[in-house]
Amino acid sequence: MIEIEGLTKRYGEKVAVNNLTFTVRPGLVTGFLGPNGAGKSTTMRMILGLDRPTTGDVRIDGTRYDRLEDPLTYIGALLDAKAVHGGRSAYHHLLCLAQSNGIPASRVGEVLDTVGLKAVARRKAKNFSLGMGQRLGIAGALLGDPRILMFDEPVNGLDPEGIHWIRTLMQTLAAEGRTVFVSSHLMSEMAVTAEHLVVIGQGRLLADTSMADFIRRNSRSYVRVRTPQREQLLDALRTEGITPAGADDGALEVDGVRPEHLGELAARHGIVLHELSPRQASLEEAFMRLTAESVEYHAHTGPASSPPSGQWGAGWRKGS
Amino acid sequence: MSTPQPSAPQPPAPQHAPQPPAPQHAPQQPAPHWQPAPGPSSYTSPIPVVRTHLGHAIASEWTKIRSVRSTMWTLGVFLLLVVGIGFLVALQTTDLDYRDTPYTIPALFGLILGQICLITLGVLVVSSEYGTGMIRTTFTASPQRHRVLAAKLIIFFAVAFVVSALAIGVVGLFSAGLHSGAGGAPWGGTVVIGALYVSLLGVLALAVGSMLRHSAGAITTMLGVVLVPAILPAFLLISESLRPVAEKVLEYNAINSLAAVFDVGGDGGGRQLAVLAVITAAAIAGAFALLDRRDV
Repeated sequence: MIEIEGLTKRYGEKVAVNNLTFTVRPGLVTGFLGPNGAGKSTTMRMILGLDRPTTGDVRIDGTRYDRLEDPLTYIGALLDAKAVHGGRSAYHHLLCLAQSNGIPASRVGEVLDTVGLKAVARRKAKNFSLGMGQRLGIAGALLGDPRILMFDEPVNGLDPEGIHWIRTLMQTLAAEGRTVFVSSHLMSEMAVTAEHLVVIGQGRLLADTSMADFIRRNSRSYVRVRTPQREQLLDALRTEGITPAGADDGALEVDGVRPEHLGELAARHGIVLHELSPRQASLEEAFMRLTAESVEYHAHTGPASSPPSGQWGAGWRKGS
Repeated sequence: MSTPQPSAPQPPAPQHAPQPPAPQHAPQQPAPHWQPAPGPSSYTSPIPVVRTHLGHAIASEWTKIRSVRSTMWTLGVFLLLVVGIGFLVALQTTDLDYRDTPYTIPALFGLILGQICLITLGVLVVSSEYGTGMIRTTFTASPQRHRVLAAKLIIFFAVAFVVSALAIGVVGLFSAGLHSGAGGAPWGGTVVIGALYVSLLGVLALAVGSMLRHSAGAITTMLGVVLVPAILPAFLLISESLRPVAEKVLEYNAINSLAAVFDVGGDGGGRQLAVLAVITAAAIAGAFALLDRRDV
């Protein structure tokens, strides 16, 4: 379990992470989502004690990271696959990590086997491809057989086979009861791996919710209608008390009405329809809407960190 | 994007409206399918929990230093310079040269050049980790940063001392065998003090590397530390008032200090070694002080 409380990191004037509070729970994959530059990597570096928080606190199973004597057996992390001395072989890289934590050297061979690098164990890390480097990083994370695993954008730049491997690995690890915390800037990626979701934008917490909940609330379904008799259809809809939205190309988008009902309505009024299709807004759109608002929100309230008043929070609480 | 809902702040949003940002003071909403956390964590590893200590860090640093090519290169060139030049010089000298100088004196000329190798290795032991990003992996594995630096200092010092004592010793044995008739001064002490001096210089380089975190910058700084005091006195002597300063710099610069160790008109280099030890201790203190404060 990772507990983050009031975590803030300032670089001079710039606030990279702003008063973050959330908990990463065991037994499931928690996705950490935010656009580029939202503060995901900074947060993860603070979790590992690499960056010192300006204020706030991180606890790993109740302990501060720098108090952990053998941290690799608590938390395994892959932040940057290139954080390796290129002149050292994969074997020696893992061996020196194992020794520093009192992990038996036999584990090195085991994790190399797990990630499929056994054949190249004696090769220098700088000759590794991106995918192999990623696997070496994951081998390092698995070395101490830790209860918590943390990956920063693990699928970036991987081929489909590698992506599939990492997804399966994360789900397997979580199914064993471990805490898995994985960051991404791709909603679509999170939708297939994560069960819980923490969304940040500009260093602030935007959402902390289960994936199922997020999908239920954000996958808006609507009906798209295209007609040459736009005004007549609008009138007909208005008599039914329905207010459609206009799409960019002149089509209409109608919420909360079944397509059958719309078709019958159009037929009754003798309106020609060129298109009548049920649609589902993508999670990617929902995510963009969510994070775009964090920008808007900042622009309106200025740099002061006063929490937004009533209605925003009220709406949010009701929504969840 | 075509959204029927206005996205600006609107009171109670309908079911599918975008979520407004959660205010920071809002209580966390446990999601419906969260199981109550069973204890701190439900996975138990078969790997035994170990209370790590400096010994683990030293083992780790030993693996690191022996598994990169730069160690072999710098130490190889060092041995080649000290032993190679030492042998050549020994061959050029006669028995008479050793009447009141130690048999190790031919090693001096190789050490003056070879100390650059130890400086380079000392810097690389730490700055290569910053250069490659390995330091983030290292400090993730060992959040007790001071322990990592201490282990690096110990391992580097041990390696540098053994290798340089070996090199000086081999040269001493060679010239002693070659000029056995001279009787000569006792030379065991010069092996130890000479090796200590160049190893400490390397340790100083390691501390500087840890503070500057940049290989080229730290090596350049260390070359300055070695070379500038050797050149500076010539300029300082122009001014009469600076003469005492110039004489001190002349006496304690790295090259003359090494010469003093090998008893070329000195008292065995004890004072010079003490000065270097004080400077090195200060640099190590600085490195430790900066280590915990900075982000990596």
